[in-house]
Amino acid sequence: MTTRRKAYLAILLSPGALWLFVFFVLPTLLILIYSFLERRDGGGVIWNFGMAAYLKLFSPTNDSYINDFLIIFLRSFWWAFLTTVICLLISYPLAFYIARQPPSTRSFLLFLVMIPFWTNFLVRIYAWKFILNNNGLLNSILSAFNLPRLALINTPIAVLIGLVYVSLPFMVLPLYASIGKLDFSLIEAGLDLGANYFQVFRRIFFPLTMPGIIAGSVLVFIPVAGQYVVPTILGGGKVAMLGNILAQQFGPDLNWPFGSAISVVFMILLMMGILFYFRIEQEEAI
Amino acid sequence: MTTTTSVFYPSTAQIDDLLLSWGKRLLWLNMVMSFLFLYIPIVVLVAFSFNDSRLGARWEGFTLKWYGVMVSNESVLNALWNSLLVAVVSTIIATILGTMTALAMERFRFPMRKAYDGLLYLPIIIPDIVMGVSLLLFFALLLNGINTLFGLHGENAWRPGLGTVIIAHVAFNISFVTIVVRTSLKNFNKSLEEAAQDLGANEWITFRRVTLPLIIPGILGGALLAFTLSLDDFVITFFTTGPSGITLPLEVFGRIKRAISPEINAISTVMLLMSMVLIIVSQLVQKWRE
Repeated sequence: MTTRRKAYLAILLSPGALWLFVFFVLPTLLILIYSFLERRDGGGVIWNFGMAAYLKLFSPTNDSYINDFLIIFLRSFWWAFLTTVICLLISYPLAFYIARQPPSTRSFLLFLVMIPFWTNFLVRIYAWKFILNNNGLLNSILSAFNLPRLALINTPIAVLIGLVYVSLPFMVLPLYASIGKLDFSLIEAGLDLGANYFQVFRRIFFPLTMPGIIAGSVLVFIPVAGQYVVPTILGGGKVAMLGNILAQQFGPDLNWPFGSAISVVFMILLMMGILFYFRIEQEEAI
Repeated sequence: MTTTTSVFYPSTAQIDDLLLSWGKRLLWLNMVMSFLFLYIPIVVLVAFSFNDSRLGARWEGFTLKWYGVMVSNESVLNALWNSLLVAVVSTIIATILGTMTALAMERFRFPMRKAYDGLLYLPIIIPDIVMGVSLLLFFALLLNGINTLFGLHGENAWRPGLGTVIIAHVAFNISFVTIVVRTSLKNFNKSLEEAAQDLGANEWITFRRVTLPLIIPGILGGALLAFTLSLDDFVITFFTTGPSGITLPLEVFGRIKRAISPEINAISTVMLLMSMVLIIVSQLVQKWRE
């Protein structure tokens, strides 16, 4: 590379790299350091290194709001898994249907999937609160027909509906991308050679659309596991997820080392999960 | 018991046909149900912003008064202004830095390029709440350091606010812009650039006259995505702002945590309209790119 090209590279690369280093890499490292420090009353930290925050994570406490952190960890990951599975079950046939339409219908349906993706997140969650609330639309309709009211708001069901609702486009779009690329003559070939529909799906369709399934699952699972808005608005703080304990530590509780430790463990678990997932995919591919 | 003779034994082919026709019906049903699930809440939300009733969700007649209440609310207008300011400024910075990064990644080879490529994806993959709390810690430390160093206190002290929010939005938007611009850099013929350079144009002239005109749609696409993500963001803003920097999502969150009200429906409808404008513009940009 000539000196001039090196200079160009430095000019192009350094502003973005500097911004990412200072405002993304450093804060992430900082959270790792803070997780080994001690809490100071009224916010901030005392610069004494120790494992107190991590020990607290693995010992049940009698917090008024959140009783057992391990349960909330497990719940967050379990709900993220459930949401991913439900989204997959709805989106796979939907993406298949869209991919089999003539081009004009196809782009119209895809556009319909894209609109919620571009609309404001809070607005979409509020829409469900408006429907499920005790004095909300669903209960107005039910009582108009003299039916018993449903107490759905602040329950796990309400939270799961919200989680699936905000995640669905993230599953449909990557699935569509990989089903749309599929060569459908392979399926005819499979059927001609005597395979039944189930075998064709299991042996041809499923493996070939695996990249879409993986991409969609990662795009749904990670944000859901870290959700804060959905359990707060639709769960009313009664069904807490990881996001709620994190916000609690950095908000009212002012326990920064503990919040940092939760973040670090959360990140490690996510990374392990993703690596595990990609391993499975590679084995499937072989 | 003579019916046994008339029992119908379908052939395998007939079972297959039956399954296929039912499969098609189920696929169609699933499609209809999915779109109803996606759209009923939004339609209901908009419809009830015109409802002439303060309480609950019983239809009482058409009114525009909630829009009047909204536009006369100082804090809503202030939050809207803050949101637009943050979105515009952070989009401009992120688009410039992201485009430069994309050019460096696609047109140069350098040590650690693969590692940097991975790092660029991290702000997208990492849950926004983790990024939010880590920035909260970082800004607390940084601002504290600056205030101590320059002896700033009271009125003059630096505090988290719109400035820190803009910095945070740029930090996650650089990656999104980079990805979109890289796609359009990959999609065009490099020989055009080489031809320009063979004809004696230097790097800058080549960029200005050849590369930039070709990737402008990609840059606009990236900017639109950044603008939408910035307007939409609640979590990272929540952890990086202060009392002076309330954006529209923060204002709305504070209200919907408490209750439902037709006024929030009206604000939501306006936010939906803003999204619609962005969708239409992005569709136009998409057409242009193709």
